[in-house]
Amino acid sequence: MSAANWRNAMNSGAGRAVMMNRGQAAVALPLPGVGGNRGLSLISLISGIGARHVVVLAFVLAYPWFATPFFTFQIGAQSLALGLIALSLTFLGGYGGMVSLAQITVAGIAGYGVAIFGAASAADASISLGWPWWVAVLISIVIATVGAAFIGWLSVRTEGIYTIMITLAVGVAFYYLCLQNYSVFNGFQGFQRVHAPTVLGINLRDPLPFYYLVLFWSLAGYFFVKYLLRAPFGIALQGIRDNPRRMNALGFNVTAHRIAAYAVAGVMAAVGGVLLVWYNGLIGPGSVGTSWIINILIIAVLGGMRHPIGAFLGAIVFVLLQTFAIDMFDRERFNLVIGMVFLIIVLFSPDGLLGWWAGLKSRFLTPRGGVR
Amino acid sequence: MRRTFVKTVVATAVVAAFGGIAYAQQGKPVKIGLLATLEGPFAAGGADGMRGAEMAVNERKGMVAGRKIEIVKASSDAKPDVAVNATRKLVEQDKVDIMVGPLSGGEGIAVKEYSKTQPNITFINGSSGAQATTLVNPSPNFFRFNTEGAQWMVGLGKAALDKGYKRVMVIAEDYAFPYSQVQGFMSEYCRLGGKVPVKAWVPLGGKDYASVIARIPKDVDALVVVLGGADAVNFLNQYEAAGGDKPMVGGSITVSQDILNYKGKRRDSLVGTIAGSPIADSYDAPEFKKFVTDYQKAYPVSSGAYPSPSLFALVYYINMKAALDGLDAVKGDLSDGQKKYREALSKMTLKTPVGDVKLDANRQAIGTTFITEVVKDSQGNLSNKVLRKVDGIDQMLGMKKEEFQMGSRDVPNCP
Repeated sequence: MSAANWRNAMNSGAGRAVMMNRGQAAVALPLPGVGGNRGLSLISLISGIGARHVVVLAFVLAYPWFATPFFTFQIGAQSLALGLIALSLTFLGGYGGMVSLAQITVAGIAGYGVAIFGAASAADASISLGWPWWVAVLISIVIATVGAAFIGWLSVRTEGIYTIMITLAVGVAFYYLCLQNYSVFNGFQGFQRVHAPTVLGINLRDPLPFYYLVLFWSLAGYFFVKYLLRAPFGIALQGIRDNPRRMNALGFNVTAHRIAAYAVAGVMAAVGGVLLVWYNGLIGPGSVGTSWIINILIIAVLGGMRHPIGAFLGAIVFVLLQTFAIDMFDRERFNLVIGMVFLIIVLFSPDGLLGWWAGLKSRFLTPRGGVR
Repeated sequence: MRRTFVKTVVATAVVAAFGGIAYAQQGKPVKIGLLATLEGPFAAGGADGMRGAEMAVNERKGMVAGRKIEIVKASSDAKPDVAVNATRKLVEQDKVDIMVGPLSGGEGIAVKEYSKTQPNITFINGSSGAQATTLVNPSPNFFRFNTEGAQWMVGLGKAALDKGYKRVMVIAEDYAFPYSQVQGFMSEYCRLGGKVPVKAWVPLGGKDYASVIARIPKDVDALVVVLGGADAVNFLNQYEAAGGDKPMVGGSITVSQDILNYKGKRRDSLVGTIAGSPIADSYDAPEFKKFVTDYQKAYPVSSGAYPSPSLFALVYYINMKAALDGLDAVKGDLSDGQKKYREALSKMTLKTPVGDVKLDANRQAIGTTFITEVVKDSQGNLSNKVLRKVDGIDQMLGMKKEEFQMGSRDVPNCP
């Protein structure tokens, strides 16, 4: 594909990136070269499906049928919801080169939105508007996406550590806003009893339906990211990551492209935020505080930022450790175990669990002397 | 692949551990989940709460009605979502029969909401003291054998007036527990003719009190300071630096050991500070003295414990003792969804080191509060002396149900 094609694709695609899906992409990208590329990526996606994909998919689908409700809900659903939020960071950080610490803030905006527009019980119940759940969820996701784009607009002109600092500042500012504002965010106490709705007679609060709900959106997020990375939008994003000045010289609007990436990541974080608030049944400043800002970063780094699956792997390890470390070690010192495991993983594999996996594979699976 | 592996291993272990074992009622150990904050702002209090609960178990040598007591501990960091996750793990994964905890107010409300989804498990509070836990949407299987924030302050309004404080300013943290503390103080104080012209609500964990100190009116007689440990010390330091000299009236967790060990210049001005609390170091009833000696024997200061049991140790002790006494009353019978056990708990008169406790219709304790005053002993150590003991305080604070309103930033009000 020529540079001119790229530029055309990007200039028409970037603005629509927020709503981009397969159908709209086809409308937005009428160029034959690009269309051929899309078909190619579809074929390569299908041909790329190996036995491991089938096994993993079958496993996650069958998982609740042999796991206890506790494992379905607390380990399974929580990992996937956190993984979805971490995925938005992997997308931004791993492919866009922008490490944003404000992803839990975007999730928190969506979570607060569900509590404020929908039904929740605050000590002062007059805050929640009590709109139908689907209206509340849609509005929350839209607001959170706009918020994400705004955070992006604030931070895209910075690089590296300055991006981290500015997004950290936004995250902490939002935390203090929630903590100290009483008219909208209900201060320290936040909102209780923010429960998932009952749809078509299925109570989404129950472990099994809730797990499948979270699984659906996690898979959607995963495949969306996988698709997007092969779409012109994602390829240009990776180009910007590797050499923004060159991409700029090629005629790309680097700033707009990055902001669009923030918005796309924002949609994923917002969906994750809605799922997380339903999982917890409550939201308060503690849900968007610095500890969670760091936890999302830990999850993404732990799994590895080279591949979208890393976010989910990291989340599973994180949730398992948070839940069971206390059983493995002295109960007053169990945080030591958590810290040690994180340290070991990152120390021996700078690329997280994925890096480990790749290292093991190349050591044992590659035929001696052969090149795969 | 890795995920498959990890999950399969864990899931297999779980199925092996719990899947096939049938529940036998008698003779089997009773599992009790114990949740306190071992991380975060209340970590020291949480550790002391654990000590208190352990004391109650050790008093019975770990056996009740022929059944061994097995404690499974969990920790939170005072955040409600973390507390619910830890509780869910204890109940659904470790399969505890009885749950004791959590420590702080917001956690208590969240765990109470969770308890509704587990009707066959009995939940007993740890030391959380939010009013709403048992007043708004109470849960039929959540019991609280400790009195809460507002109840702890009953009697203090009168004591303040007796000291000649006719106008006071309130400085308190901005969340549910201080609201109820201030309500407990003000409902009595205002009724008896006291005035509160200014209330300053400060964020939890705030570091800078300069703006609050600047707002203190000249004509108030005293400051009602409802701040937790570190916040209170910060406030004292800055108030001292600003040259303040008003006497203090303290909340229940303000005049804790942290404050009494305070080394600043204003240390002596702490003498004479009155406070309301469910515990008083120098209460001289034999049951309480025995509790203190037992605590000191089991947990010497060298092991990191306090010189004298804290509020958290006492309250966790009381709630754990309630759990075990109830178990004794039904001879360890937890069958039929623990129905008999819950009935026994509701009707029981619990003997505690600080007097008898009974439950009201919402399974909330009716109990005793101490009005204390800080005194200096011959070695120069500060301690709390009991000024007065108020018995039989219920959650309505002596008001009728119709006229009772939960405490908030603006309720009650008497400028």
